[in-house]
Amino acid sequence: MAEERSLRQVLERIGAPVADHRPWPRHTVDRAGWLSLAGMLRERPDWGLLGLWGEPDRVHAALRDEGDGEAGGAVAVVSLPCPDGRFPSLSAARPAAIRLERAAHDLFGLVAEGLEDTRPWLDHGRWEVARPLAAEPGPGQPPRPYPFLTSEGEGLHQIPVGPVHAGIIEPGHFRFTANGETVVRLEERLGYVHKGIEGLMRGRPAGEAARLAARISGDSTVAHSLAFARAVEAALDVEIPERAVWLRALMAELERLANHLGDIGAICNDAAFAFLLAELGRLREAVLRAADACFGHRLMMDRVVPGGVRQDLAPGGVETLRALVAELRRRVPPLVAVYDGKTSLQDRTVGTGIVGPELARRFGAGGHVGRASGRGLDARRSPGYPPYHRLEFQVPVLTEGDVNARVWIRIREVEQSLSLVEQILDRMPGPPQGLDGSAPVPLAALPDGRGGEGMALVESFRGEILTWVRVAPDGTVDRCHVRDPSWFQWPLLEAAIEGNIVADFPLCNKSFNCSYSGHDL
Amino acid sequence: MFKHILRSLAGGPVTESAPPASDAALAELGGRLGAAAQRRLGRSLAIREVDAGSCNGCELELHALSNPLYDLERFGIRFVASPRHADVLLVTGPVTKNMAEALRRSWDATPDPKWLVACGACAVDGGVFAGSYACVGPVEAVLPVDLRIPGCPPRPAEILAGLLALLETSAAPVSGRAG
Repeated sequence: MAEERSLRQVLERIGAPVADHRPWPRHTVDRAGWLSLAGMLRERPDWGLLGLWGEPDRVHAALRDEGDGEAGGAVAVVSLPCPDGRFPSLSAARPAAIRLERAAHDLFGLVAEGLEDTRPWLDHGRWEVARPLAAEPGPGQPPRPYPFLTSEGEGLHQIPVGPVHAGIIEPGHFRFTANGETVVRLEERLGYVHKGIEGLMRGRPAGEAARLAARISGDSTVAHSLAFARAVEAALDVEIPERAVWLRALMAELERLANHLGDIGAICNDAAFAFLLAELGRLREAVLRAADACFGHRLMMDRVVPGGVRQDLAPGGVETLRALVAELRRRVPPLVAVYDGKTSLQDRTVGTGIVGPELARRFGAGGHVGRASGRGLDARRSPGYPPYHRLEFQVPVLTEGDVNARVWIRIREVEQSLSLVEQILDRMPGPPQGLDGSAPVPLAALPDGRGGEGMALVESFRGEILTWVRVAPDGTVDRCHVRDPSWFQWPLLEAAIEGNIVADFPLCNKSFNCSYSGHDL
Repeated sequence: MFKHILRSLAGGPVTESAPPASDAALAELGGRLGAAAQRRLGRSLAIREVDAGSCNGCELELHALSNPLYDLERFGIRFVASPRHADVLLVTGPVTKNMAEALRRSWDATPDPKWLVACGACAVDGGVFAGSYACVGPVEAVLPVDLRIPGCPPRPAEILAGLLALLETSAAPVSGRAG
């Protein structure tokens, strides 16, 4: 009975395991195996899609058996060689695959058979090459008109917005179809900030590629650096110094705090309540300054690297961070009370931009978007990574799925992160002692002459990042794929705005705060 | 709740004093710009920010400039919603090929006299993205640049110092210039 089988059992039956893939298995299947897996996905809603990416001659999909109680998350990668450049689409079973398959076509020329939406996604007809990451790239294609989806009916009109928006914001295009003030359809067109990061990473030493990983999305620089570092460390089977593990978590929680504080204020500002933006902007600034004092960079860019961390906590850092936590514990609750007590603000956030739990599950949304819509997954807990298995924290979950729920998830996560920072400061091992009495930075050297494949799942403030990497024996990156949580959240914004008024779009958009750069890569 | 708002209002400003204009930025400007713009602009500077492919790190620090600690507007500097309202186009990112046309159009929509600021390492020289098939390169590969603010991302104080330098030492008329 197929229903009784776990994902791993199925893959072991239909696929051949690939050596040197850590920490989760990768299986190569043939076309029949891939097709049967696609069929099973329809019957197994508990098998979540974590990512789908191409290589010149094959396609990979990462899956997670959410029903499997196994510690470590029962994650697996399945690969299909496609010598003719074609593979059966998974989009009918997992709509989250649609944009990933469109991207795989733009970058590698891989054709997803059965994919309904075959419009280019990242390729706007502006590159000098087509299929830039394929074995044999072709000449660039000139720009062609992009046919937006239509909505027809009496009194409907379209509002095009972007790529350059009115505020200080990343570029993307939104096409609203509205009836008066009411939005009947929103369609996103992204790809404007595609920088070719996966192409740039190829052939670079892992340490150098880490600088690119740190700039996939500046607001998640610690989390993306951590995901890349953990993937490389998995590929090379490297143990990193214990203190580095704790410093990484410390930086990740500071990043989460800064982003959530800033975003809560910005959401309120989009509901015309500027007081909370000003107050929470001050607190975000306090976090960034503490990060600067402790790690020498306000966003902590390039601090987390394969092998450990590049910089230890500055002298006095523990005291700085304890004072920061004390200040935030004092100042945040009154501001939360203001948010909770202001009915004109609640009027804008409650019931606005709803994403239902079923839709969130179908798109595999994580982070505050998923958790506000009933999905309690958190990569820190499942599959989990150190030091979080030794820390106490809760993963807040709500089911309303509206702007207000996404605000409250962030508020609860701020509280959890404050507790986590304290726990980390309490338990973190002291600086390592060198033989000469000095304190070397906790950073292990990467081994020479060994390659491998590794994958990591890391919880950013926005949700789960997947990074997959193949390191060549000479220590350079052969292929790296990064799936920012935004990939699975952007499509839900289109659903959230339906039936709301145009003026609520900034509010909905900010409550998601999807990354453009992280998505476009 | 109102008690808390009142306490904040009565607490006085938290804004810090302005940083000195940076020497490097001043020197850069000296070669490029005259000293006439103060008259033209009346000590106020409207900035239209265009993200031409940044990782959003620069945007975070540009946002920080508006928080109560830096409070950019007290210098007469403000971010505006349209290039048609702007004196300065402030550009971040390595200019992706998919954004080059939108950037050019934004510049064309900015009325003279106007200045162009390249903000952050990517805008200055392409940063880590230099050489990508998907990037044009530094902003100056697309448009003439009047001021470069280095940093990855530049700290808010560094952006502020650069903008103050532009304001205090600018500027030559732009009309008739190449680009």
